Amino acid sequence: MQPRFLQGFWKLTWLETKIFTREPMGFVATLVMPLVVFIALGRAFGVAKPVAAPQVDIPFNVAILAAVLIALSAVQSLVAIISIYREGGILKRLRATPLSPVTIMGAQVVVKLAFTVISLSLLMLAGRRLFPGIRQVNVFSFTAAVLLSTFSILSLGFVIASLVPTARFAQPVGAAVLYPMLALSGLFYPVDRFPRALRAFAYLFPTTHAVSLLNGVWDGSGWGAHWVNVAALLVLFAGYTALSTRVFRWE
Amino acid sequence: MPPSTPLVTFVVIPVISVFNLGKRYGRTVAVDDVSLEVFEGEIFGLIGPNGAGKTTTMECVEGNRVPDKGTISVLGLDPRRDANTLRQRIGVQHQEAHLQKRIKVWEAVDLWRSLYTRVVDSDTLLARLGLESKRDSWFMNLSGGQKQRLFIALALIHEPEVVFLDELTTGLDPQARRAIWGLVTGIRDRGTTVFLTTHLMEEAERLCDRVAIIEHGRLIEVGTPDDLVQKHCPERTVVFTSDDSNVGGRMQALGPVERADGGEVGAVAEGGAATYTIRGAGDDFVTDVINIIAREGIRVRGFRTEIPTLEDVFLKLTGHGIRD
Ligand SMILES: Nc1ncnc2c1ncn2[C@@H]1O[C@H](COP(=O)(O)OP(=O)(O)OP(=O)(O)O)[C@@H](O)[C@H]1O
Ligand SMILES: [Mg+2]
Repeated sequence: MQPRFLQGFWKLTWLETKIFTREPMGFVATLVMPLVVFIALGRAFGVAKPVAAPQVDIPFNVAILAAVLIALSAVQSLVAIISIYREGGILKRLRATPLSPVTIMGAQVVVKLAFTVISLSLLMLAGRRLFPGIRQVNVFSFTAAVLLSTFSILSLGFVIASLVPTARFAQPVGAAVLYPMLALSGLFYPVDRFPRALRAFAYLFPTTHAVSLLNGVWDGSGWGAHWVNVAALLVLFAGYTALSTRVFRWE
Repeated sequence: MPPSTPLVTFVVIPVISVFNLGKRYGRTVAVDDVSLEVFEGEIFGLIGPNGAGKTTTMECVEGNRVPDKGTISVLGLDPRRDANTLRQRIGVQHQEAHLQKRIKVWEAVDLWRSLYTRVVDSDTLLARLGLESKRDSWFMNLSGGQKQRLFIALALIHEPEVVFLDELTTGLDPQARRAIWGLVTGIRDRGTTVFLTTHLMEEAERLCDRVAIIEHGRLIEVGTPDDLVQKHCPERTVVFTSDDSNVGGRMQALGPVERADGGEVGAVAEGGAATYTIRGAGDDFVTDVINIIAREGIRVRGFRTEIPTLEDVFLKLTGHGIRD
């Protein structure tokens, strides 16, 4: 006997992957938007601490911004899919089958993580070709950090999906929660220099820890030096997941 | 030693039994106090106006909603406690359900088949439901009737012992509706018990072996459509056209006769035919009218009967039409 969680899991995951690729708009936006941001900003300002002479010195790392955008667009897409599925009674119909709730949601998470990897690979390929002077980061380490961050932020996505009243509001509500998080993430302004209360607030969001971890991987200081961020991403994942199982609405 | 007398008793155990079911949403009482039984191999219909509590009742029975009070048993199982076992044995179709817009028909069937232990052949099932040519179509490109047929296919894929169909034909044109009715009787004829809801009285009358009328979360009557009509609306009307004279006089033994043109029922119809309406009650009334027509040799040009329907029963019991 396979565990109940696995019953239908890979089939559903593969199916959701195919369905996602059939929607040209969402598919292109997920893959292309962060890439465009990366290339445009990278061209204009140079990728962080560029070896090639920078035109302007900007205080944030364009590659990390693009990586976080990939994670956030995965979350946006998750929130949109869940609210559309809920509104159309699709979640309800799936739940009335022997599929377990964890399977139904787990399949969505795996699809989002898979597209995160693809999107990130495109980003790194583009980086290699367009910005030859870019700092050589450990590709696997960076990918793993982005995946862990996305995983953690996706758990918050389930909480956001519970707040969205109808599918029409998925985009605005998602943006209203996610983009302030990005602003507070420390990417644009160091969290250490925030006022105390704001700093504590910022640490409640996975993006803050994600940015810190990604900066560490980029600089080569590595995971060991950022174990606190890793632990925080896992703890926040557990917390948001627990919260979403309480507030999540299936219909 | 006690004598070993074989005790043979036939107890018909209901497939579904619901006792004192209640469910409220905040301050809205959706289901007040519903008790009912559904027996093996019948099509049982829950009928009532919008908001009567049909969906709520049905979804509590399926185990997809949690009731506030009452006990429910389906195939001897508790729909909440034994949900996993029960899901393998019942099939459901939700009101106004959708699937993923861009899922193909065969993909949905394939996913559903992978979830159940015992399944039917997908090609045979799709053919039975007239969907074989739609195998590769996206869900969003199916017509309303095709979508409903796909949902029926998904509800039947594991040869369930009971199927639940919630407002199966709402929004379909009469032709698609009739086709679906044929499918539902087919399901029953294969031995599956069907529990459906509808607010179309005609649908209930055509399809259901027994119906329960629900309003404001309470059952107000249960029975076969025929029994309900006989019990609550025994009146029968015969309308016929004749150009014979003194038709009314010869019919008067049966009851009051009216003439459509307001003329004297006993008089000779001037310049041709007149239409007469005779009202009575009971099953024998129409036969009695026919017998008199035959005995008196009345020449009849047109003849029709008006027999009350479930719609009239509903009107009588609730004081308003089902769509008001
Ligand atoms: N999830 C819900 N939350 C709040 N109220 C609900 C919910 N579902 C149903 N109701 C309310 O409960 C009552 C019964 O609803 P229900 O859906 O069971 O009726 P119904 O007989 O199926 O109606 P219809 O013919 O429109 O499908 C209605 O007043 C409805 O507004
Ligand atoms: Mg309903």
